[in-house]
Amino acid sequence: MEQTSFPPMSRVAICGGTHGNELTGVYVVREMQKQKVDKLGSASVTAVLANPRATDVCRRYIEKDLNRCFTDALLRSPITDSTPYELRRAQELNAQLGPKGSEEAVDLLIDLHNTTANMGLCLIFYSLDWITLHIYKYIQSKMTNVPVRAIQLDVPMSDAYSLESVGKHGFAIEVGPQPNGVLRADIFNAVKSAVDLTLTWLQEFSSGCTFEGGEVEAYTFAKHVDYPRDPAGEITAAVHPELQDKDFKLLRSGDPVFLMFSGETVTHEGEELYPFFVNECAYYEKNIAFQLARRTTFTLPSICLGN
Amino acid sequence: TSCEIQKSHKSSRQKKNQKQTHATGGDELPYEVQRAQEINRTFGPKGSPEAYDVIFDLHNTTSNMGCTLILESSKDSFNLQMMNYIKKAFAPASCLVLLNEHPHLKYSTSRSVAKHPVGLEVGPQPQGVLRSNIFQAMRVILKHALDFIELFNEGMEFPSCTVEVFRVLERIDYPRDANGNIIAMVHTNLQDCDWEPLNPGDPMFQTFDGQTVHYQGSGTVYPTFINEAAYYEKQQAFLTTRRETLVASAIRKA
Repeated sequence: MEQTSFPPMSRVAICGGTHGNELTGVYVVREMQKQKVDKLGSASVTAVLANPRATDVCRRYIEKDLNRCFTDALLRSPITDSTPYELRRAQELNAQLGPKGSEEAVDLLIDLHNTTANMGLCLIFYSLDWITLHIYKYIQSKMTNVPVRAIQLDVPMSDAYSLESVGKHGFAIEVGPQPNGVLRADIFNAVKSAVDLTLTWLQEFSSGCTFEGGEVEAYTFAKHVDYPRDPAGEITAAVHPELQDKDFKLLRSGDPVFLMFSGETVTHEGEELYPFFVNECAYYEKNIAFQLARRTTFTLPSICLGN
Repeated sequence: TSCEIQKSHKSSRQKKNQKQTHATGGDELPYEVQRAQEINRTFGPKGSPEAYDVIFDLHNTTSNMGCTLILESSKDSFNLQMMNYIKKAFAPASCLVLLNEHPHLKYSTSRSVAKHPVGLEVGPQPQGVLRSNIFQAMRVILKHALDFIELFNEGMEFPSCTVEVFRVLERIDYPRDANGNIIAMVHTNLQDCDWEPLNPGDPMFQTFDGQTVHYQGSGTVYPTFINEAAYYEKQQAFLTTRRETLVASAIRKA
C-alpha cells in the first residue's frame, strides 16, 4: 500500500466526564487542567470537562445522555426553554471544539470513558481512519500490561451521535472494568499512559516521522442482545457466569449467555461472534445486555506529514 | 419469631440508613426520611416490644469484600449464633463478620428498627449492575439464615460458641486539597485487598502524579470497604478493623 500523507494536526482536545460518573476521564482532565497542559510542541492541547453538572453530582447525565447529542440534526436544533441541559451543552461543545464537519474543528478529539464491562482498554471509532488506526497500533505496541483493542462502529458521520465525531479525527478511549463513581489507580494509570502515548505519537508525526504500515486487528460491530424480560419489561435473567467478564472471548453456538432467575440457561445461537460491553450498567436502560462483533484485519498504509 | 427480608434503594442524596430518628415529620421532609418513618411504623417501632424480631438488609458494595455479615452489637447472642451457623453452612466459601459498634462510626441503619438487625453486604459489584455470581451467593446465604431461624423455632438448642469478627476501628479518608477534592487514589497494592493485613509503611494511596502515600498507623490493621463508591462523599477511602473472637451464649427458644 502506498504511503499516505496527512496535513499537520495542530489542535487536540482531551475530553472527560462526558458521563459524570465515569471518573477516570474526570480526573485525567482535572489533572491536565491543574498542570496547565496546553501546548505540545507546536500543537495546542485543550482538556475539557464535557458534562460539568453531571460530574458535580456523579451521575451519568442530568436529563439526556450527552454522548447521544451530537448528530447533525440535534446540533442544528433550535434551543428553547424546554431544551434538555445536555442538548445545550452539546451545542456549546460543538461551538468550542467544532463545528462538526467544518475546517475549524479540532484536528483530534479524544473522549475518555469507563465501562463496568471487562473490556480492558479499547479505542472506539466510527469510520476507518488511518490516523486513528495508527495511534491504536502505536498504543498497542507500547502498552503491554493492559489488553488494547479497537472497535469500529460503522455509522455515517451525519448520524454519528457521540462527542468524538466533532473533531476531524476522533476516538473514544473506553476502559474497564470500573464501577461508576469509583476511581481505580490501575485504570487511571493506564488511561494516562494511553493519552501520553497519543500525544507523543502526535509530536513524532508533527516532526515528520513516518509511521510504517502494517496489519491491525479490530472488532466491527455486528449487533446487540437484550436481557430476557417479562411483559412488564423487567429483566428475568442475569448475564450467565460463563459469559460475565469474558468480553472478546469468542462466543459459539450453544455457549451460555443468560442464567434465568428461575435457573434455566439461555444459549447463544447462530454466527460465532465476539461479545463486548458485557453487563455495562448504563445499557440496561438501552435494552442491551451485551454487544457482538466480528474480528477483522485492517491493512494500514504507512503515513507521514505532508499535503 | 417472624422476620422480614428488607430491600432498600440507595439515593445519591439522603441515605435512609442514616435517617432513623424518632421525630415526626411533614411533607417537607426528604423522601428517605419519610420512608424511614414508614419503615419504623411497619417494622418497629424501634426499641419497642412490637418491633420485628429480625431484619435482613441486603446490600452490594463496589469493594472486594466477598460475602460479609454486618453485626451491630457484640452482645447479641442470637445474631452471633445465626452468623456462626451461616459461616459453617457456607464453608468452604468465605463469609466474614464485620462488627460496627464504634460509637462515632456506627450509624442508624434501616435494619436497626428490628430487635436483631443483620446486614448482608456482598461485593464487588458496580452500582446498577446485576452479577449472577453475587446474586447466587446472596440467595444461598439468605437460605442458610432462614434455615437457622426455622431450626431455632423448632426448639433446637445452640450451645455456646465463639465467632471470629472484624471490629471497626477507624475511617481513613482520601488525601484532599483545601477545596475538599481528592488528590490521590487507593494504591494498586491496597485496591481489592479487603481483609488482608495492612502494615505500617505499606502503600496506601497513589497521587495523580505517581507518588505513594504509606500507611502510618501504629500496628497491623485489616482494611475493608476499600474504595466503595458511595463513601467518597462520606470522606471514607476504607475502614480499618482488628480481628477479635466473640463469645455467644447458648440460646434456645423460650
